[in-house]
Amino acid sequence: MSTPVAESQPTPQSYKTDEHPIWCPGCGDFGVLDSLYKALAGLKIDPKDLVVVSGIGCSGRTSGFVKSYGFHSVHGRVLPVALGVKLANPSLTVIGVGGDGDGFAIGGGHIPHAARRNPDFTYLIMDNATYGLTKGQYSPTSQVGFQAGSTPYGNIEQPLNPLAMLIAYGATFVAQGYSGKPRELAEMIRRAMEHRGFAFINIISPCITFYNTYKVIPPRLAEVPVNHDVTNRAKAFELALQTDRIALGVFYQETRPTFEEGVAQTITKAQAAGPPRLEEIFSEFS
Amino acid sequence: MSESTLSKPHNSSRGVIDVVFRVGGEGGEGVISTGELLTVALARAGYEIYTFRTYPAEIKGGHANYQVRASGQLLLSYGAKVDVLLAFNEEAYQKHVGDVHPGGVVIFDADSFTPPSADSLIYYSIPLTSLATEKIGVKLTKNIVALGVCAQLFDIPLETFEALLREKFTRKGEAVVQKNLQALHVGADYVTQQQKRDEIRMGRGPRQTKELVLSGNESLALGAIAAGCRIYAGYPITPATDIMEFLARELPKLGGYVVQTEDEIAALGVVLGASFAGKKAMTATSGPGFSLMTEMLGLAVAAEIPAVVVDVQRVGPSTGMPTKTEQGDFYVACYGGHGSCPRIVMALTSVEDCFYGIMRAFNIAEQFQMPVVVLSDASLGHRKATVPVPDPSRVPVLERRRPSAEELVAYKRYRFTPDHVSPMSIPGMEGGGYVAEGLEHDEVGYPAASNHENHLQLTGKRYGKFKAVEAIANDLVRQYGEPHPEIGIIGWGSTEGVIREAVQMAVDQGYSVGALHPKILYPQPLAKLRNFIEGTKAIIIPEVNYTGQFATSLRKRFAYDFVQLNKCIGLPFTPKEVFDKIEEVAVNVHAGRRIPAHAAKL
Repeated sequence: MSTPVAESQPTPQSYKTDEHPIWCPGCGDFGVLDSLYKALAGLKIDPKDLVVVSGIGCSGRTSGFVKSYGFHSVHGRVLPVALGVKLANPSLTVIGVGGDGDGFAIGGGHIPHAARRNPDFTYLIMDNATYGLTKGQYSPTSQVGFQAGSTPYGNIEQPLNPLAMLIAYGATFVAQGYSGKPRELAEMIRRAMEHRGFAFINIISPCITFYNTYKVIPPRLAEVPVNHDVTNRAKAFELALQTDRIALGVFYQETRPTFEEGVAQTITKAQAAGPPRLEEIFSEFS
Repeated sequence: MSESTLSKPHNSSRGVIDVVFRVGGEGGEGVISTGELLTVALARAGYEIYTFRTYPAEIKGGHANYQVRASGQLLLSYGAKVDVLLAFNEEAYQKHVGDVHPGGVVIFDADSFTPPSADSLIYYSIPLTSLATEKIGVKLTKNIVALGVCAQLFDIPLETFEALLREKFTRKGEAVVQKNLQALHVGADYVTQQQKRDEIRMGRGPRQTKELVLSGNESLALGAIAAGCRIYAGYPITPATDIMEFLARELPKLGGYVVQTEDEIAALGVVLGASFAGKKAMTATSGPGFSLMTEMLGLAVAAEIPAVVVDVQRVGPSTGMPTKTEQGDFYVACYGGHGSCPRIVMALTSVEDCFYGIMRAFNIAEQFQMPVVVLSDASLGHRKATVPVPDPSRVPVLERRRPSAEELVAYKRYRFTPDHVSPMSIPGMEGGGYVAEGLEHDEVGYPAASNHENHLQLTGKRYGKFKAVEAIANDLVRQYGEPHPEIGIIGWGSTEGVIREAVQMAVDQGYSVGALHPKILYPQPLAKLRNFIEGTKAIIIPEVNYTGQFATSLRKRFAYDFVQLNKCIGLPFTPKEVFDKIEEVAVNVHAGRRIPAHAAKL
């Protein structure tokens, strides 16, 4: 859910900071960042009400590149920190950013619980199927056979399926984008931010230095079929299982009460008899 | 302590009633709730209370016992010997009869077993189970029957129990209330019919003022509320869980919330996110959870985020003994985590101190924008005591430093200041945008992971706060006994009451003894410690751990041959144990012998 601002239309450029991205020239993450700027400008998000929470890795540096409040946390812990921010101040616009290693390996234990709770924030995964910052080891989304520093004889592990996983966990907005299609991606991020609840986008964002997939990805790209019913969870799951191609678009979306709404309801329930004073709580122990 | 006699409770002296009751039986059969009812009844009757309980790690089965010490004067420990043992089964009798002093009382369930009679003890054989099954029709009411027996036998006001049972069972309906009241009277009437009457006469205690009966964990949770904590994130873990459950009930009433996270890493993550966004937040855990939190703790240090982390210590390492007490987490609290990583470590000393101590912890976290680790332990967290109604105004609530309008122009989140504390903006503030950084960063908050000199400056900034914290630490020191003693004791955390009682015993016997008990352990109150240590002939450092973690940390700062007293069996010290050590050290000091420091022994 966005917090729209002033009358004047901000430009995507206005969300840039003085900090220059440390990414390699040609890195997919530039496309993701530009798309994010566009989405923020389109929704007229006031930087003072925006918090970008990031993890560790190349993608983790994103919080420093967006004019906003930022929280560059520790490896894999984007989701708990973002939940804390949202819990403290539900009126803030919160965006979580991380990579496939940050989100699916070290931080994988948090994803089901974020999906279950359905806090109203957006989670962007920049999926390059490798650990770029540590020079290209295999990640949870690397293909079988991927040869790199820690798999000199080739990766023997099945890659996980982020979309199927998120749909299974109960995320209320599940989509896939590509850094090479920034206009479509910007629109997708915008839709995710407008979604009330936990919105997840798996963004294919190639690592030009350690796992250059710029030639292999485009031929596999496809669109989510126009007649796909995004509210049909079983169909969305079926679509997610078709891994021979990389479908771009929204796979699944549903409306469910958000975590913050649940918190507000709990508070109302607890305060039914009126907010107590400390002395009244003391009296329970006398 | 006076010598025991057959006619007087062992712990009582100087004409003051001081009685130790112990209830023992099968876990899950109401031993703990029997103890708790007895506790509140005696507190309401006007006695000071100090409880101790041990219970199995299993939910059902195993042995559980609950001890209540009731006295007409301030209590500092759970007492030395048992005056009244209520044994529901033979195992409870076998386990505890050795702790009953000569002349003490044993009440036993005659339907369960018959103890061999000993001349030195007074026995009351009561068919608790058959009274419950035959007269009430519910076996489990034998606990309430036993309370009726105690009320009549020892003259504890019956109406106090009646009122308590009403409060406890009203929610379950009038029929349940009546059954319990009936059970109480069945017990009392049985004693009357048998014409039994014990020498111990409780009656009403001397205290007239109102007091609360709180456990350490409850007191701590109340203090957190008073300090302004509105968000709690945690993962269930013995013996800290009841803090979470307490706050889950109370915080929403105050507009706050408790989130039970998927693990302890997430718990501290939520706390840091919430604090970053401007709310006071905390988590509570025990050793295993604290170990998981150390990385997040480092993030709080690097990004300078106020946070309160409570560690209700239990026996480690690993899963250890979940329901048993130890002071084994001092090292991990002070030094856990990588890098040069200053955090503040406090220790809570008593049930009352849990309230004010946690308030101070929140204040210090806000004031210095640092994580504060608060050490409690199983024995403190789970014991109940009577405490004067807490007065939150004794610890004025402090808030973090916010940037002024001028400071928000070209805002620098980590600006160097004389006291090393920088104004902290909150999301929503115009011009306050910055990145809370776990990477080494410059004054603005920009990553500076390759700037060598900057790292020294920032590390200096983070450690620089210690100077002011140390001044506070020097104020937060308790001292008792002689101010400049021949034999000193330095303790920390929940051992305070026991040490104080042992010091009193030793002073009464003419020894020159005094104790120092700091509440902030890291950074250490060096001035106070130095002043105390100077001029002593020996210093004893009692700790409920194997190696003497605090003693070891003091040896780094003081070239002094500290004598350790360590206990490592999952149980707290008794005053006698500390007293015996004082006596041993005194004898050696007077004989001019060196006292070897040693590790824990039974």
